Amino acid sequence: MIQIEQLSKKYKNADHFSLLDLDLKISSGEIFGLLGPNGAGKTTLISILCGLIKPTSGTFTIDGLDFASAKKKLKQLIGIVPQEYALYPSLTAYENLYYFGSMYGLKGKIFKESIDKHLDILGLHKFGDKKVKSFSGGMKRRVNLIAGILHQPKVLFLDEPTVGVDVQSKTAIIDYLRELNAKGTTIVYTSHHLNEAELFCTNVGIIDHGQLICLGTPKELIQKEEGAKHLEEVFLSLTGKALRDYA
Amino acid sequence: MHKLLVSAQKEFWLLTRDLGGLAVLFLMPLLLVITITLIQDNTFKSIQENKIPILLVDLDKGEVSNLITNNLKESSLFEIVDESNETSAQDLVQKGDYQLAIILPKNLTKDLNLKIDQNVTGILAEFGVEEKSELSNLKIEKKEIRLYFDPATQRSFKSSVKNNIDKMISKIESQSIYKAFQEELGEESSEPIFDMESFISFNEIVPNTDKQEGIPNSTQHNIPAWSLFAIFFIMLPLSINMVNEKNQGTFIRLRTQPIPYATVLGGKTLVFLVVSLIQFILMLVLGVYLFPVLGLPKLDVTGRIPLLLIVAFFAGLAAIGLGLLLGTIAKSQEQSAPFGATFVVILAAIGGVWVPVFAMPAFMQTLSKLSPMNWGLNAFYDVFLRNVGFSEIIPEISSLLLFFIVTTAIAIIYNQRKNAV
Repeated sequence: MIQIEQLSKKYKNADHFSLLDLDLKISSGEIFGLLGPNGAGKTTLISILCGLIKPTSGTFTIDGLDFASAKKKLKQLIGIVPQEYALYPSLTAYENLYYFGSMYGLKGKIFKESIDKHLDILGLHKFGDKKVKSFSGGMKRRVNLIAGILHQPKVLFLDEPTVGVDVQSKTAIIDYLRELNAKGTTIVYTSHHLNEAELFCTNVGIIDHGQLICLGTPKELIQKEEGAKHLEEVFLSLTGKALRDYA
Repeated sequence: MHKLLVSAQKEFWLLTRDLGGLAVLFLMPLLLVITITLIQDNTFKSIQENKIPILLVDLDKGEVSNLITNNLKESSLFEIVDESNETSAQDLVQKGDYQLAIILPKNLTKDLNLKIDQNVTGILAEFGVEEKSELSNLKIEKKEIRLYFDPATQRSFKSSVKNNIDKMISKIESQSIYKAFQEELGEESSEPIFDMESFISFNEIVPNTDKQEGIPNSTQHNIPAWSLFAIFFIMLPLSINMVNEKNQGTFIRLRTQPIPYATVLGGKTLVFLVVSLIQFILMLVLGVYLFPVLGLPKLDVTGRIPLLLIVAFFAGLAAIGLGLLLGTIAKSQEQSAPFGATFVVILAAIGGVWVPVFAMPAFMQTLSKLSPMNWGLNAFYDVFLRNVGFSEIIPEISSLLLFFIVTTAIAIIYNQRKNAV
């Protein structure tokens, strides 16, 4: 589904590469967890795959398509749930979803029913006509998620979709993502919640200093690391305990 | 088309959710037009009604200084405050207590009469009516009426006062000359043999009608100029709207969606164009219905509304083009808001909203031809004041349209280059 070859990215004026010669293959139907400490290159990789930034070198295809030759088709194929809420605070949840869904070409009665259905599934049916600025962080995250999936993308990119939300919202989001995956959506997700990733992902890649340092199912990675019982131990063993502050 | 319409619908929702902002968008331009017109229309009236106190130092105490003092009093512009000393008059003006001090020099009457007598007897001697007298060789010093203005006084006021005093002095001089001739010719001064009234007068007539009626009033000038200013101010909320999208992250989401940037801009253009037209219509309503209530001249729009709306439409497009470009380039409100506000004021200044283009220096006149506000203003003046037809405004509205196309195209290209993947 996603084929990445020798992908590198160096930002203007940066003294190091954010991604360096990254090779990765993500198969159709996977829930792929892209893990790594702060500044490892996770958001950069997602941004490149979503067409938001240009790689310095290397290539990638999604479902056999690339941005150079099939930009519009590719954009229709993918969905993104960014780390920021990416919603208009003064519009209602329904208006936000109607607008962003329409930009994928969705229209008519079925589309409007789909918005209602998604709001209902994620526990927001009572709040569809309320302005997003009055929502809690968890509610905004859920609306943010719906805005990325209304057009039923083949591949869904989620950049830390459960950051800063309560357990109830987190559970609702993860359950719904599982449901989507079961219907055939390939999911690429970044998170700092390693326990969540361990339970949720079918495959995991740990990235550090712009390079992929391990790849496999959570179970395989735990087994490979001597004495490790959870993914978090594997993660700390591979990336170290030193603080990763950057600016 | 569906995406464009929904984009416009979203812009409409965003605008209507900020009722305070919307009110400011419509009310502030109205307030601006009312304030400017009230100030301009009433300036002269208020000067007449509320006399300006000025200092007069009469060192002459003669016939001429009396005449000047009486003329100043009769002009109804000034309230004369007598001051005995030139130095203290200077101090009072310097402190800003008075706008002006007039110093009538010593021996003004005596020397002026001597000078006139010298000239008159000289002329009569040339004609052989009189013999040359000793007076003809007398050297008479020129007299100077000194004016002290408060340094804060505006140039326009100074030049207006100077012109009035100059005119008054000339009249007194010529009347004195006539009087001297009459005396030299031995006629009774109670029965003037010269007509001392001005022979030449002027009359203002509208060029294409040959009538005095319909001379443009301050409203006919102010409504188009300040409406245009308000229309161009729309680039501010528009660019802030675009910067907000970048800050909220919604623009990032839009960039991942299969929607051309032109469609995003198109939605904004549709809504903000409607806003600018509503603004303009409110201005017209204000001029027609509210101005007369405020004692201002009524705006005459008879037979002009379709052309006025056409000009407002294209001026709105040009303003929106600028707003789209600014919103595309600016990264923060701190960049877009001060730049937008200052830029509109600069465009207005070089466009001739404050100072007529013909009164500008040559370089600025050339520069003004590049201001879209100048094209808009000319088109409005064509319709409002010159009563032209559609064909005469085609050059101006074409320029405004072209300006919109160019600025929007630059915005699209800039966005493409910046966000190329």
